[in-house]
Amino acid sequence: MTRITVTVDGVEYSDDIEPRTLLVYYLRQNLGKTGTVVGCDTSNCGACTVHLDGRSVKSCNVLAVQADGHEVTTIEGLAADGQLHPMQQAFHESHALQCGYCTPGMIMQACDLLKDNPDPSEQEIREGLEGNLCRCTGYHNIVRAVQHAAAAMRQGTEAPADSAVPAAGPGAPEPATAGVGAAGPEMPPGEGAPVSAGSTGEGVTA
Amino acid sequence: MTVTENQAPAQPEVGRARRRKEDQRLITGRTRWTDNLQVPGMLHLAMVRSPFAHARITAIDVEAARKARNVVAVITGQDVKDEQGSLPNAWPITPEQVTPAHPPVAVDEVHFAGEIVAVVVARSAAEARDAAELVDVDYEELPAVLDLKEAAQDTVLAHPDLGTNKSALWVFDSKEAGTGGDVEDAIRQARDGGVLIEREFRQQRLIPAFMEPRSVLVDPTGEQITMWTATQIPHILRFLLAAVLGVPESKVRVIAPDVGGGFGGKLQTTPEEFIAMVLARRLGKPIKYTETRSESLLSAHHGRDQWQKLTLAATKDGTVTGFKVELLANLGAYVALVGGGVPVLGAFMFNAIYKFPAYHFACQTVLTNTTWTDAYRGAGRPEATFGIERMMDELAAELDMDPLEVREKNWIKHEEFPFTTVAGMEYDSGNYEAATARAKELFDYDALRREQAERRERQDPVQLGIGVSTFTEMCGLAPSRVLGSLDYGAGGWEHASVRMLPTGKVEVVTGTSPHGQGHETAWSQIVADRLGVPFEDVEVLHGDTAISHKGLDTYGSRSLVVGGEAVVRAADKVIEKAKPVAAHLLEASVDDLEFSAGRFGVKGTDKGLTIQEIALASFAAHNLPDGIEPGLDSDATFDPVNFSFPHGTHLCAMEVDTETGETRMRTYVCVDDVGVIVNPLIVEGQVHGGLVQGIAQALWEGATYDDQGTLVTGSFVDYTLPTAADTISFVTENTTSPATTNSLGTKGVGEAGTIASTPCVVNAIVDALRPLGIHDVEMPCTPERVWRAIQNASAGSVDETQRDTAPHFDPDQPNQDTPDPEGGAR
Ligand code: FES
Ligand code: FES
Repeated sequence: MTRITVTVDGVEYSDDIEPRTLLVYYLRQNLGKTGTVVGCDTSNCGACTVHLDGRSVKSCNVLAVQADGHEVTTIEGLAADGQLHPMQQAFHESHALQCGYCTPGMIMQACDLLKDNPDPSEQEIREGLEGNLCRCTGYHNIVRAVQHAAAAMRQGTEAPADSAVPAAGPGAPEPATAGVGAAGPEMPPGEGAPVSAGSTGEGVTA
Repeated sequence: MTVTENQAPAQPEVGRARRRKEDQRLITGRTRWTDNLQVPGMLHLAMVRSPFAHARITAIDVEAARKARNVVAVITGQDVKDEQGSLPNAWPITPEQVTPAHPPVAVDEVHFAGEIVAVVVARSAAEARDAAELVDVDYEELPAVLDLKEAAQDTVLAHPDLGTNKSALWVFDSKEAGTGGDVEDAIRQARDGGVLIEREFRQQRLIPAFMEPRSVLVDPTGEQITMWTATQIPHILRFLLAAVLGVPESKVRVIAPDVGGGFGGKLQTTPEEFIAMVLARRLGKPIKYTETRSESLLSAHHGRDQWQKLTLAATKDGTVTGFKVELLANLGAYVALVGGGVPVLGAFMFNAIYKFPAYHFACQTVLTNTTWTDAYRGAGRPEATFGIERMMDELAAELDMDPLEVREKNWIKHEEFPFTTVAGMEYDSGNYEAATARAKELFDYDALRREQAERRERQDPVQLGIGVSTFTEMCGLAPSRVLGSLDYGAGGWEHASVRMLPTGKVEVVTGTSPHGQGHETAWSQIVADRLGVPFEDVEVLHGDTAISHKGLDTYGSRSLVVGGEAVVRAADKVIEKAKPVAAHLLEASVDDLEFSAGRFGVKGTDKGLTIQEIALASFAAHNLPDGIEPGLDSDATFDPVNFSFPHGTHLCAMEVDTETGETRMRTYVCVDDVGVIVNPLIVEGQVHGGLVQGIAQALWEGATYDDQGTLVTGSFVDYTLPTAADTISFVTENTTSPATTNSLGTKGVGEAGTIASTPCVVNAIVDALRPLGIHDVEMPCTPERVWRAIQNASAGSVDETQRDTAPHFDPDQPNQDTPDPEGGAR
């Protein structure tokens, strides 16, 4: 057993784990962070993608001990203050998910992609998501979602909204404070994807 | 429901691009996949699987495994042979069908590599897997039959005790059925002065590859045994668990929580589900099993896998006169739940949209020592559509006609509906002309044909091919009587309940079991319109047999067409129930009431009550008319009288590098007529996803075995699902001919993209290569296969000396060139 201390979605955890434990199983089984899922056993699908110190990693390909002393953000820590991340919002608006199994990994990877390239072309988006498989959507709407999120994050506005669905429904992690059409997080151009924000976890700082 | 002039209704929900209700939990990671669930004291399973395709189990030593840390039990087939039952086949396609017994844990013989031979139960999944490594199985290898055609020869037997590999021969003949003429006559005539096209096509084996690996959790500790499982079919599973294992059905509750895709791959009752059930009961403990991806690819059922021998007869002017279909279909090692029924579904679709006067279909199902096969998106209909749409292109090429022209010459004209086909189906509605005209326009068909001619002219090494697929399919599975006549073991109806809660909120319970299709959103839209209640006030419940006690689940593009109609009818019954209460409370006669936008009004007055007010009054029951029960809740079970027949015209432009065999999709346009659309966003999403699965069959995917019967494509490294970087953006649109067999006029869309796109892409590749004398490339059309086809082409290749300077593919260029037509959905 090895003692590790990891900050996940803004909360510090300390656990004794078997050294062979993969990060994804530590998140799912030890911490109950089941938003991050497993889709394969060969590091091909990207369903398990999380951010480690602000950069995307496939958490099935990282040992939990490697995260010792580091910060992890999962899909569950992306929304800040009850406000969906623009990428989450864009996935919803653009119908970029069907079964939703690939979605957490896809969203985390898409955020990482925009961090490097806040204004990607369609092909750059497609290549940036190459490590994440989706069997449902045919990728068409995922690409649209990333384009919308990129535009929204560059302009500091919300992805185009045409919906009466509350952004934060009953399942939202925090009491709903924002509906569709509420102003998105202000974000200076170039800042792009969420960055590590200390003890509040990585999220978009509004 | 009536709409009066003076009460402007809110924007109707049906037809609106509502964002999905399901998304919130999925985009925030607050999901309930089966593998997320934990029950106190839960034990975990690991499977020991056979590495051999065919072998006798001579001994199993479980001692080391049993002694391993935290192992609770190790079970072999011998240990459970009297209680595990045999996995069911619900559709014996002929009375004589040869159906091997299918024990969940093999007892003395294994029939495919990946079959379970022992099961370890331990306190953690990791410990179970570690211990599974310690189970020592002795096998005596037996000769395995892997090749479909060879299996049909019966030289090596997959199940020696059965004496044959041939499971069933299913035949439809239009002359015998009285639906058309004699196909042999048509063939004779075509040979003698007409046109006869004979081809053999391979439908390769595919793996559904839903993204969520299958997982099952059984908790036997309550009054009911509860099974959570990643399934498309909780209701069918519950029935079959009870029927096979002898547990009273009332003691079994099956829950399909969030399910991560299925595509037919979770339309199965699996060995793993049965084993988990048996062991949970035996040990009295909750038990969970989650497969790895490799196990999923290896042992969850595969799809397709046919040889198609096709003979099409026509006259010299391109009028089709007969179609003969001879199929060999690979069942794999066992006859799965739908099993041989999958290729039989294709029997009604090979004639497609064309007016064949004579038709013959024969399908021989065959057992082999490979993973079992069953439904995969489209199930029988993609295979049929591929066959006919490839053949129509071959006919066009033979006659030097445009492929769209030869189709139009033979298809059912829009004024000819309803039309009874040579396969005995009555197509209720459709307009092939309209869909084709719009698709051509969006595609800029004539310009691309010109470009193709230019490239041919200048012998460009990169040739352009234009693919056509004017498909139809049968959706809305299925009229129970038809299923009965085909010897299917169940009906095809669907059930719904609408519950009016006293606070005015509405619960809709559906017997369909969505796993990504967005039923929660679409059903809410339907009910919101029907009852005049806000979209947000409707809650859709599904996938738990204790809540949705009655249903036949989700597959075959049936949910909206059959399940949606049940919802409509249940909602209409609520209104009917509310009416006498409204009349009583309003002191009016029932005949003087009209229901509009959620309100019962008394004609000619401004008196009225909303359905929510009546729901509360009916709940309180203080003042109800005599003889009226409290409550407005209503149920409906809808059994369709006919299938529905979506159709569409798909056009695809492929560039083929004749030097390297590389292909590149430039444009894909489809115009689908799926009837009335409830939610255009969801329809578009279904089409996109379907297209990519169909395109993947054409270009990339294929499950292959080595000579020993080991699955070569046993991980995502080798089974190549398309990525975002492999695919392009699509142009999708719709024309609408409402279905006449349900109230909303819907037809179903779940499988359309997959069914249509495979032949479209292959037709495009073949079209590019026709000048080289090539008339087929076997799927998946990888660069290697295309290159080989070019090398083998008798007509020789492009003249080296005459080559133009047209650029080859530049890997840095965007992988697309999608037109941006007016109104094209992007
Ligand atoms: S589960 Fe990590 S890449 Fe598939
Ligand atoms: S939405 Fe189902 S796998 Fe992507």
